[in-house]
Amino acid sequence: MLIRRLPSLPDWTASFRDLYDVRREMERIFDTLGGMSAVRNPGVFPATNVSESDESLLVRAELPGVRPDDLEVTVEGNTLTLAGKRETLTESEGVSFHRREREWGTFRRSLTIPVRVEADKVEARFADGILTVELPKAAAARPKQITVQAGA
Amino acid sequence: MSNKGKEEPTKEMTPPQKHELTGAETTRPGHVFTPAVDIFETEAAITVLADMPGVKAGGVTIDLRENVLSLDGTVGASEGEKEQVLVREYDTGSFHREFRLSNLIDQAKIDATMEDGVLRLTLPKAESARPRKIEVRTA
Repeated sequence: MLIRRLPSLPDWTASFRDLYDVRREMERIFDTLGGMSAVRNPGVFPATNVSESDESLLVRAELPGVRPDDLEVTVEGNTLTLAGKRETLTESEGVSFHRREREWGTFRRSLTIPVRVEADKVEARFADGILTVELPKAAAARPKQITVQAGA
Repeated sequence: MSNKGKEEPTKEMTPPQKHELTGAETTRPGHVFTPAVDIFETEAAITVLADMPGVKAGGVTIDLRENVLSLDGTVGASEGEKEQVLVREYDTGSFHREFRLSNLIDQAKIDATMEDGVLRLTLPKAESARPRKIEVRTA
């Protein structure tokens, strides 16, 4: 008989973190192999990069040519939604096109935030075609330095 | 989105595949991408629109020699120093693209603006290259 011991299930956030660690390790290996990048096309616009600092989670998306007024960023519970549109060219009449590669249209994407954040302190900035959403972590989700006290 | 007055674009956008330049063309480290462009022409000028997210006005270099137009855009670091990347769905890097122009361009009047990560380049045609209407006279 085969007896397999299951480790106690880690909490949800920690399991995500493990996945990220695996991913990072994979990226590192790919990088050393030949500069291959391990980016994953999400299939949904816009592609986002997520990073974290001690204080906050940062979500970035490349949205060149989108006007800030046409952008809609919402946080509800642990879901961040990025929506908006990119207008097509206005001067499409009376001109002859040589190339037309730039995308246009509407988009909407929701992301699940893996840590608790302070929804009322979320900030969105748009500069040079890059949207940065900064989600401050809730106090409980921030790393804490524990001072070790010498025993009496 | 709630501005009902204008006609809304109805097409749903798909994530573009960033095209990376490969080969021995670069001397700088890091990724180099070819920006997506729209190029259109009127009687007076050729206009180039290039998507270069993250590039500031000062980071653009435009070079035109012997009818080859080259665009370069450099970007700064996208993440802050104290940040750790969790998910990466797109790479960042500089931009480079070259075009061969068939028309004669009035180099002195080239105009370039950078807005929200889009470069708009207006290349006015030289007088000699503009179409001229020839009046047919009756004898």
